[in-house]
Amino acid sequence: MLSGTNWQPLFQWFEATTLGTQVRQSLWLFPVIECVHLLALALLGGALLAVDLRLLGFGLRSQPSARLARQMEPWLAGALGTLIGTGILMFLSEAIKCYFSPPFLYKMSLLAIAILFTFTVRRRVANAEPGRIAPGMVRLTAFVSFALWFGVAFSGRWIAFY
Amino acid sequence: MEILSFFQWLESTRGSVFIRESTLFYPMVETTHVLALALFLGMIAMLDLRLVGLGLRGIPVSEIAGRLLPLALFGFSLMAISGLLLFYSGPVKAANNIFFRVKMVLIALTGLNALLFHFTIYRRVVSWDHSPSPPARAKLAGALSLVLWSGVVICGRLQAYNWFN
Repeated sequence: MLSGTNWQPLFQWFEATTLGTQVRQSLWLFPVIECVHLLALALLGGALLAVDLRLLGFGLRSQPSARLARQMEPWLAGALGTLIGTGILMFLSEAIKCYFSPPFLYKMSLLAIAILFTFTVRRRVANAEPGRIAPGMVRLTAFVSFALWFGVAFSGRWIAFY
Repeated sequence: MEILSFFQWLESTRGSVFIRESTLFYPMVETTHVLALALFLGMIAMLDLRLVGLGLRGIPVSEIAGRLLPLALFGFSLMAISGLLLFYSGPVKAANNIFFRVKMVLIALTGLNALLFHFTIYRRVVSWDHSPSPPARAKLAGALSLVLWSGVVICGRLQAYNWFN
C-alpha cells in the first residue's frame, strides 16, 4: 500500500457497506456472483484471444485485424463490465481480507495497466492499416496484452490462497 | 460399491496424497484449470455466438470452426489434464458431490450436442456458411452449447461448496 497513508479504515468502511454485508451474510450470493464472474471470464478470454491470436498469426488469420477487433469490442466491453461489477461485489464482501492479500494488490495493479494498454496501444495497433506497423511491434503488442491479462486472471485466482 | 472402493484406493495412492497436501502444486493445478477456461470456452463461445447469429456475422462459419476449434481443443486438453489431477487429489469427495455428478452429465451432453451438430446440419455448411443468421438447427446447437457449458462452469464452481453433503 502507498506509504505514509493508512488505507485500512477505508477498507473497513468498504466491508461495512450494505452491499458488502449482504453478500457476506448470504449463503448463496457469493457463490452465484463467483459463477457469473467465471462465465464473464470465459467470454473476456474469447474476445481478447480472438484478436491477440490473430495479431500473433494464429486463429482467424485471413480476417483483417481491424474488423475482428471492431466485432469483438462489444463482447469485450460487456464481459469486462460484468467482471468489474461482480468483482466489486466480491471485494466489498471481504475488503479487509483483500487489504492483507498480496495477490489482490498485484491483480488490481495489473488490471489498471491491462485496461489502459488494451484501450490505447492495443486498440491503435489492431485498428491500424495493414503494413503500417512493423510485424514485430504487432506481435509484441499481442504478447504484452496476453501477458497482462494472464497476470490479472492468475493473481485473481490466488486471492483465494493468500 | 465397487467403484467407491476403487476411488478409496485411488485416494490412498501417493500421487493423490501428494497433490492434496501440497502447498503449491494443488493451487497451480486449480489455476491452470480456471485459466484454460478462458481459452477453451472463449473459443467455443465465439463459434456458438456465430451459430446463434449474434457475433462475427461477417465471417464464414466453417472458417471460425476450422481456425478456432483447434485452439479450443488445446484449451480442452489443458482443462482435462488439470481436471483429472484435481479429481485424482480427492475422488471420494468429488464423487459424493452432487455438483460434480451433474457436471459430468452436462459434459457428456455437450459432447453429444457437438457430435449431433457435426454429423447433421454442419455437413451441409456450404449452403449456409456465409449466412449471418444460420438455420434453426445450427442456432439450436449453438444455444445448447452455450447453456450446457455455462452449466458445467457453474457446477464446477459450486462443487467447492458442499451444501448438500
